[in-house]
Amino acid sequence: MPFKRVPQKFNASIKEVVIGTGDKTLTLGGENVLPLYSFDGGIKNPPKVGIEVSDLGPNRDIPGIAEFYKGVESIPDVAKRACEAKGANFVSLVLESADPNKQNKSVDECAKLCKEVAEKVTLPLVIQGSKNVDKDKELFPKIAEALEGKNVLLLSAKEENYKAIAVAAVQAYNQKIGGESAVDINLAKQLNVVISQLGISTDNVVMNNGSAAAGYGFEYIASTLDRVKAAALAQNDAMLQIPIITPVGEQAWSVGEALKSEADAPKNWGPAEQRGIDMEVVTAVADIASGSNAVILRHPVSVATISQLVSELM
Amino acid sequence: MALKGLDIFKFTPKTNCKECGSPTCMAFAMKVAQGAIALDKCTHMSPDALAKLGEATAPPMKTLKIGVGDAEHTLGGETVLFRHEKTFVSQSLYGVNVCSDCIDTALPELQTVDYVRIGERMYVELVNVEYGGDKGKYLDTVKKALAAKRTLILSVSDVDAAKGALEIAKDGKPILNGANESNFKEMSALATEFGLVLGVTGKTLDSIYDTVKALEDLGNKNLIIDVGVASIKEAFSNTVQIRRAALKDGDRTCGYPSIVNVGKLAPKDSVLQAALASLFTLKYGSIILLSGMSYAQALPLYGLRQNIFTDPQKPMKVEPGIYPINNADENAICATTVDFALTYFVVSGELERSGVPVNLLISDAGGYSVLTAWAAGKLSASSITKFIKEQQIESKLKSRNLLLPGKVAVLKGELEESLPGWKIIMAPNEAVELVKFLKELKV
Repeated sequence: MPFKRVPQKFNASIKEVVIGTGDKTLTLGGENVLPLYSFDGGIKNPPKVGIEVSDLGPNRDIPGIAEFYKGVESIPDVAKRACEAKGANFVSLVLESADPNKQNKSVDECAKLCKEVAEKVTLPLVIQGSKNVDKDKELFPKIAEALEGKNVLLLSAKEENYKAIAVAAVQAYNQKIGGESAVDINLAKQLNVVISQLGISTDNVVMNNGSAAAGYGFEYIASTLDRVKAAALAQNDAMLQIPIITPVGEQAWSVGEALKSEADAPKNWGPAEQRGIDMEVVTAVADIASGSNAVILRHPVSVATISQLVSELM
Repeated sequence: MALKGLDIFKFTPKTNCKECGSPTCMAFAMKVAQGAIALDKCTHMSPDALAKLGEATAPPMKTLKIGVGDAEHTLGGETVLFRHEKTFVSQSLYGVNVCSDCIDTALPELQTVDYVRIGERMYVELVNVEYGGDKGKYLDTVKKALAAKRTLILSVSDVDAAKGALEIAKDGKPILNGANESNFKEMSALATEFGLVLGVTGKTLDSIYDTVKALEDLGNKNLIIDVGVASIKEAFSNTVQIRRAALKDGDRTCGYPSIVNVGKLAPKDSVLQAALASLFTLKYGSIILLSGMSYAQALPLYGLRQNIFTDPQKPMKVEPGIYPINNADENAICATTVDFALTYFVVSGELERSGVPVNLLISDAGGYSVLTAWAAGKLSASSITKFIKEQQIESKLKSRNLLLPGKVAVLKGELEESLPGWKIIMAPNEAVELVKFLKELKV
């Protein structure tokens, strides 16, 4: 008597969100099975992997990253090089220097940089802001205007600034936005609801339900994403049928396990670079297995590994 | 399949004797169906009825014990597919593959990872000794592997070699992993003779299923399923489908823990092995075998495992005490926060990044976050004062500057009164602001 297969295919599915234009497009979401359960039915668009580029430049203290970006200095060139990373599906520019607590670069300068980067990259573009809600509120509308016609994804709109960002970015300039909320299914849903009440259809929206490195409260991420996918698919909750994007690199590379130099670290920990890669990879897989439709990573080895694993599982 | 109360009622004596503590036999049957009372509370059922019902009211997934003494581990016993539904009970175990050619280097290597994280010892729990085709060499390898003082998995499908290996390793209650469709009778006899858990595998999910079924028919239910190494896709598909069939669809033939050998799924690619180990830690790998375990792999994996298998009803706590950060000495300023593990990690991480030496004082706040602990009365001026007195902080440390979490600014006045001589400094509301705050702080 063979094993009785009971595929879990749902009548509901995650909405599709398209980023980019022409032959540089990418689609997130669309699946009607649980994350990575390709044996239950085809997964329309496998999870995607993005490579992150900070406008402060790559961290050349890490030998593998220095090697990968060797010979390229300007941020647009760095972003172009990032597109060559094996397995990368999109590139994500982070406007760290716009943070008022850091360099507080002007909105116009940032918009100009985004435009230059958009001209050079060969993959769809996802732009992460300064993480300061007031700054981002000014920043994203300007970037949306500067990149009109490019169909980029802007991360993120939060409870405090979603109105200004959503109206300008989506309604005025046809870009896509990501809604970011703290790690909680109700907060995630609430933000999607208020964004849609502006008259924005959900196929313009992705969500970031929070991120944590493995070992740092990851159970909250795992259970939140598990519950979001269950509500979206099993209960047909349209306000959660939205693709999830999770920036992993920032968290993964800022924990002690990845940061401590080999000299400062306990015995046998080995080179910091390898610890960072493993932290990034372990976290990214856990995100994808819980429900992320896209992850954003920093190290080219992490990008290649996650991309390979996803394709093996499809 | 779960039985209904009525199905159970049929087997009761229907005398309403009340000896079981329930007012009627029907009430008793309903409670058994809900799992609220054990079947053997009724002493009047026939052995035949007990056998039939015991089977049907048994938990959906077997709980297995392997190893002895300090190296004893529990596998299986899960009741839910997602941790938010209740909790996961048996955490995944990590093991390393060794063979006769590599054991001399592999054994010391796998013992290097050994550290404590939030009160839990993190180390490679299992050693998988793989049979290479030569019995003599295999037995030597098994002998050597005993020195690691870890529970062994004997991966061998040759019955004769298996018997030899068991003679050597039987006292440590290893897993005998080697039953398949052609040798399961002999292997089952061996495992039963030595009282050990038997690992079952096959080329496809159907053949695994059939062999497990055949073993059950022989009366052996002390089993673990090796999901095979045909491909990454198939290993994942088998692992998920087996667990789901057991817990969601009530197929008891699937109700056994699993072994996933990611070392064989991604040979020579340690990063991909870490990625796979992460996948199977979330998705139903009871035992995950790698070809080695470096600190780089261990740090995120053990942290992830500790997160995923924590009981949602019980917060993870760190031990109260003084945590010196950035080589803080007795003159470094003090900071305090709660013992909720997540808070501790976030705060200590930011303190480390600041580069400023700080003595972090963690008091017992019931494992809650700052605001929750404050609201529950677990973090108060008196709890902090009590902690400082009990731990004799004033004689251990010379600094009298104490950073207080911005969210409990209301405690400042009271603390200044109860801790005379101390300067209470308000830290920011959010941990992410600590680096900037500390760099600019002048005391």
